[in-house]
Amino acid sequence: MKCRLLFVLLLGLNLSGLAQSNSPRIVNFEEFQPYLTNTSDTTYIINFWATWCKPCVEELPYFESVTRDFAQKPVKVLLVSMDFENQIEKRVVPFIEEEKIASEVVVLVEPNANAWIDKVDPRWSGAIPATIIYRSDQRSFYGDQFASYEELKSIIESYL
Amino acid sequence: MKKLSVTLSLLAVAIFFMSANLPLGDGYAIGDKVDDFKLKGVNEQWYTLSESMGADGAIIVFTCNTCPFAKMYEDRLIELHNMYAEKGFPVIAINPNDPDIQPGDSFDKMKERADKKGFTFQYLFDDGQEVYPKFAATNTPQVFLIDSDMKLRYKGAIDDNPQNADAVKTNYVSSAITALKDGKDPETTTTKAIGCGIKAKKNG
Repeated sequence: MKCRLLFVLLLGLNLSGLAQSNSPRIVNFEEFQPYLTNTSDTTYIINFWATWCKPCVEELPYFESVTRDFAQKPVKVLLVSMDFENQIEKRVVPFIEEEKIASEVVVLVEPNANAWIDKVDPRWSGAIPATIIYRSDQRSFYGDQFASYEELKSIIESYL
Repeated sequence: MKKLSVTLSLLAVAIFFMSANLPLGDGYAIGDKVDDFKLKGVNEQWYTLSESMGADGAIIVFTCNTCPFAKMYEDRLIELHNMYAEKGFPVIAINPNDPDIQPGDSFDKMKERADKKGFTFQYLFDDGQEVYPKFAATNTPQVFLIDSDMKLRYKGAIDDNPQNADAVKTNYVSSAITALKDGKDPETTTTKAIGCGIKAKKNG
């Protein structure tokens, strides 16, 4: 009996673990900030996007190609969704599944953007898409859509 | 002949944009006098800023039909206009997007949107995209509050909570207007907000 209860408990834990791995992590700015200041040797590509932002969605395949093509290199893509909190289950989760997004996705939920946009980068107007590429203290900001995968790729290669 | 002149003027417009599509400058700084402009509204009338502003100024807002953030603020723009137009600060809304890139922001779609939402303020079209670069507007929605001398006194977000009007803690535009009414400088003169990038005509 005890054994069965333990089994049920373990099964429950396992299932909740599975459910979590399919969903993007929801973060506030405090939880998100460490992603911007990692001092390791990894090159980070941090892209701000949303499912409703057409130019963002257009360039997402470029970031997916980075995740795929640089899998053996110290390169990490983080897709930071600006989708609204009440649309995470309705839009973000299905989008990730349908588009088979392999890069890590987080949803940043922090309404008062004026309090944190400059902390991401003072050059950022708040318009999306926007992308930060950095390794340790070397850092660039891109406030527009990338023209092609080749453009993004050559920028990343300059960091390696 | 008419066809030729249309072609030539299209060519001129194209060349203008190829040269104009450089990165935006800083635009008007706080305290700068804003140039007058003349744009067509959804009611087919032409409006200049100098004639459509109120006695004390205007709430100029770059917005559009398609951006989810802009849509969240439509009701709040109507409220702002209804509250402040009579007090000397009408809302003057301008759609800066190029409909070739964002078809949902065409002049016809603007008419539909204004009609559906019952906009009480003027909704103008920056056809040719000559006005928004002077403000260095970057996203929708974005406010530029001017005073009676057409000087820029505040630029940025409308308030601090796009997704939930009931949870707003600071209404930047209202606070700035209250300060101006009291003959003071607004406490906050520049803010930033997440929004949709303005759709600028592409090169070539």
